[in-house]
Amino acid sequence: MKVAYFPGCTLKTKAKELDRYARKCAEILDVSLEEVEDWQCCGGVFTTSRDEVATKLSSVRALSAAKKNNNVLVTVCSACHNVIKQTNYAMQNDAEFAQRVNNYLGKGEEYDGTTEILHYLELLRDKVGYDNVAKKVINSLAGKKVAAYYGCLLLRPNSVMHTDDPENPTIMEDLIRALGAEPVIYSERNECCGGYITLENPEFSALRSHKVTESAYNSGADLIVTACPLCKYNLEKNGSPIPVVYFTELMAEAFGVKEDANA
Amino acid sequence: MQRIGVFVCWCGSNIAGTVDVKAVAEALRSEPGVVFSTDYQYMCSQAGQEIIKEAIKEHKLTGVVVCSCSPRMHEATFRKTAQAAGLNPYMVEIANIREQCSWIHKDMETGTQKAIILGRAAVAKVNLNAPLIPGQTPVTKRALVIGGGIAGIQTALDIAEAGFPVDIVEKKPTIGGKMAQIDKTFPTLDCAACILTPKMVDVAQNENIRIFSYSEVQEVKGFVGNFNVKIKKKARFVKEDVCTGCGICTEKCPQKKVPNEFNLGMDNRRAVYIPFAQAVPKVATIDADYCTMLKTGKCGLCAKVCTAGAIDYTQKDEIIEEQYGAIVAATGFNPISLDKFDEYAYNQSKDVITSLEFERLTNAAGPTAGKLLRPSDGKHPHTIVFVQCVGSRCAACADKGKEYCSKICCMYTAKHAMLTRDKYPDTDVYVFYIDVRTPGKNFDEFYRRAVEEYGVHYIKGMVGKVSPQGDKLMVQASDLLANKQLHIEADLVVLAAAIEPDKSARSIATMLTASMDTNDFFTEAHPKLRPVESPTAGVFLSGTCQGPKDIPETVSQASAAAAKVIGLLAKDKLTSNPCVAHADELMCNGCSSCANVCPYGAISYIDKEFRMPNRTTAIRRVASVNPAVCQGCGACTVACPSGAMDLNGFESAQIIAEVDAICR
Repeated sequence: MKVAYFPGCTLKTKAKELDRYARKCAEILDVSLEEVEDWQCCGGVFTTSRDEVATKLSSVRALSAAKKNNNVLVTVCSACHNVIKQTNYAMQNDAEFAQRVNNYLGKGEEYDGTTEILHYLELLRDKVGYDNVAKKVINSLAGKKVAAYYGCLLLRPNSVMHTDDPENPTIMEDLIRALGAEPVIYSERNECCGGYITLENPEFSALRSHKVTESAYNSGADLIVTACPLCKYNLEKNGSPIPVVYFTELMAEAFGVKEDANA
Repeated sequence: MQRIGVFVCWCGSNIAGTVDVKAVAEALRSEPGVVFSTDYQYMCSQAGQEIIKEAIKEHKLTGVVVCSCSPRMHEATFRKTAQAAGLNPYMVEIANIREQCSWIHKDMETGTQKAIILGRAAVAKVNLNAPLIPGQTPVTKRALVIGGGIAGIQTALDIAEAGFPVDIVEKKPTIGGKMAQIDKTFPTLDCAACILTPKMVDVAQNENIRIFSYSEVQEVKGFVGNFNVKIKKKARFVKEDVCTGCGICTEKCPQKKVPNEFNLGMDNRRAVYIPFAQAVPKVATIDADYCTMLKTGKCGLCAKVCTAGAIDYTQKDEIIEEQYGAIVAATGFNPISLDKFDEYAYNQSKDVITSLEFERLTNAAGPTAGKLLRPSDGKHPHTIVFVQCVGSRCAACADKGKEYCSKICCMYTAKHAMLTRDKYPDTDVYVFYIDVRTPGKNFDEFYRRAVEEYGVHYIKGMVGKVSPQGDKLMVQASDLLANKQLHIEADLVVLAAAIEPDKSARSIATMLTASMDTNDFFTEAHPKLRPVESPTAGVFLSGTCQGPKDIPETVSQASAAAAKVIGLLAKDKLTSNPCVAHADELMCNGCSSCANVCPYGAISYIDKEFRMPNRTTAIRRVASVNPAVCQGCGACTVACPSGAMDLNGFESAQIIAEVDAICR
């Protein structure tokens, strides 16, 4: 299976493990991730101001570039995914916005909104299938209690994202189960970590992050997995009592391709 | 050739406001067969009807067209008028120029043109009308009530009181329904069991009532006055007529780990059980899913201890067939599943409970003998948070909740809050609400008492998150009036889950050919004027199967449904609709297409001898319609490949004539 792949800036700097293991595991699962040529930053946030077109152009270019790869664009960072998916939704449902965006693009490069945008987790669940993921497990993670941390960007707004039920998500728990580990359900798994507020009000962000890590820890988790570099940053910076890793690292460990077994 | 009179009604300004009635009367005067045409302000009034009668006599009319409102409104009125003047009532046709014309058009010219066309179609049809004579069918003087909750109980008691036999079919082992699980009733705070159980006993002792408990309706055939119903009496492995209800088997059964549904799974019962002390009928039932004897053939302890010899492991499901004149649906409600409302942590913590579970926790016959204790550790909760509208009024979450208001939650939550503060004054009680809705006799006074006398903290706003932390529940909520966020450390959270119709209602509605709304509530024949009848003749509605209701309302509706049933059963014969299908035997080739589409099972086949050329005869299979069962839906006339099926009063030729007149 060949799909277009949008790594995003953070994955080239702070979140290299998220990217590296996403690629390694994809190879094992016979998925060819074709990195979009000359991709640019997604913008980091989907701005809701009505006249913001420029910040959305890079997303649209990435979506348009997926035409070469079965019209499927795969992301792995929750934030990139949220921005690109919301942009795609706007392109499909807001004719005026779509027109203005297309005016910026070159002749013949107009984007019609037909690219399917999938988060890596959705790729695993819907295209590869968790039963096929389970078949590739070499090091079973049996006995490991793993808390999936969704944060907010992966699930919300649900009317656009449709990733999973925002109050009762199972997409990461099902992956954890497929890898042989035991998922831990805890109440704060779909709450916000504080996000970018950490820049101007770090106390608030610390409060949010504490709630999450404490809830996971008290529910008996050994480990938190996430798909979001910002979540990982906030949870770790605010002193999580248990390790926080990317879900791709956990998968790499199960597949036997993890380079450093300390995490 | 017919002699047709046309009568155009103004309906005050309802029709005359957008339709030039005089122009319509004038235009229709020149239609084929029309010998008289006039208009009048209110054709349905006494004076209007006199005009029709006079015209029938004076102009020797053989057919009448009334251009007025929907036939659902006044067809019967005008048919009676014609009959009074000596005309066959089925020679009257209505052209609906109100609902289908004046009310939906704004422009006088368009409205008038359309009214003329509709009138023309009706005239074309009447030209082909033939007099029809309605038949009569007998009425079986017995009623069936589906569901044995307070609604079914009240309906059955009222019908029985009027002297007609009634059968109650209840799928659970006992009648009583949800009300039997409730602790106290608002606004008077009398104990639910104390007012319900005497009624249950009345049912058991009433000579006119039979209870089929642990039974389900399996098939309904027939029509108003003559329903033929199959009831499946599920095997309970206990002989009902022998069991004395002593309860020894329920104490000795070694299988102790069966979740007790009567207490909503908060404690366990045995595999052989009597749901509660005042159950009616008071006989034991063996739960085949858990009974060791039925599963493995080893045990048999209950049979050994039963002094009456009532246990019968070989009992089979039994099918009972019975005739009924009327059927009442009283299938009731259930709280919705909270699986999709994980923000309230219902599945994460034992101390997050539903309001119905709260009822059991405060009931003296419940799992805690009436002491309010936390399900997790059996400790007394000191801070309780009630959350209203969990899944109700939830337009934005229609995929998991309900758009409608469940109506009863505001009052029972006020009751819970008040009773908690009364019994445990050291408890802090919070109620979160969107709106407090307390219309009803003495209802608002009741709620005000909870706030003013009992010091319950009513907070306008919703709870966003319940997060179990240690042995506490961290409740995050908004106070919309103070415009601030609240964090409450609670010991117990009670969710007022929305209510929905019982899951069995849909299959029962299908069997009864009764209609339902998008929420699976039964639809009434008219939301204001016929609230306890289903649009399907002979089917009546009682209680929450028609919409959310509290107990007083349920009981009123149950009695109203009973009154309608009594009115029907009091008749010896019903006039049947003569507009039924019939087969032209010479054209019918017995292919069964019509019988396959008939929703009422009205068509059967007979072998008939036909005269053939050269003095020979041949026996052919042809369709035969039972006019008593046929409802005149016309499905067979469309399905018949040879055009042998036709419908009295709506013959194919008449429909074509109408279409021709419209297209002319």
